[in-house]
Amino acid sequence: MTHVALFLSFLIFGSTGGEIAITRGMKATGEPQRLRPKEMLQFLGRALCNGWFWAGVPLMALSFYALLLLLSWEPISFVIPASALSYVVGTFGAKYVLGEQISAARWAGVVLVCAGVALVALG
Amino acid sequence: MKTLVMVCAMVVCANAGDLMLKRAMLQIGAVQLSESGLAHAFRMTVSSATLWVGIIFLCGFMLSYMTVLSWADYSYVMPAGAFGYALLTFFAVIFLHEAVSPRRWVGVVLICVGVLLVGQTKPRTTAVAREALA
Repeated sequence: MTHVALFLSFLIFGSTGGEIAITRGMKATGEPQRLRPKEMLQFLGRALCNGWFWAGVPLMALSFYALLLLLSWEPISFVIPASALSYVVGTFGAKYVLGEQISAARWAGVVLVCAGVALVALG
Repeated sequence: MKTLVMVCAMVVCANAGDLMLKRAMLQIGAVQLSESGLAHAFRMTVSSATLWVGIIFLCGFMLSYMTVLSWADYSYVMPAGAFGYALLTFFAVIFLHEAVSPRRWVGVVLICVGVLLVGQTKPRTTAVAREALA
């Protein structure tokens, strides 16, 4: 059971850590001036030169492999509802690492989404 | 408005990509965990048009995800992306005529209300980075 808990933490913290690193990279990259092919290619080029982007990729790969291993040990009806905790962990990360302001409405929305994903996955 | 468009593109591309991958893997069949089985699965996957269409959709997801994160909060985009779970349930009922349990419907309602609540908040609460403007 301890290995399940360990890989569940890899899944949750790997995915949220990776997404937070990519968010930081994208904020530093800046938004594209227009959503046209030329500007989008320049935007993609700037993003791929950002260190935060590449810090996020291995963390997301870690969470992906943790998900595959968990799915080979446990039923999907356990893995997906448990991984829905990443919505709450991600919101804490957004607040304390990225400095985002989380209003009461946003917190309420995140908690409802987290519970909803768990219920949908349980079927 | 552009945030809404990008989040919709994200949700559609992610779900279409997942469905295509699932369809491709069903066409290929169960992968045998032996050297020849893995080699056969590799050949089948790289030559599967359905799988490549799925990969194109997943690239579209990644691009729209990266784009929307360049201006919107992570705590705004992340729960909004969960709308895909609700969308998949609606598609399953409408197109596949699947029976959906009351528990799953409660989950769909919670997700929709949660996404609506998050959607009422400001998409960006942090300052624009100096280097982003340069």
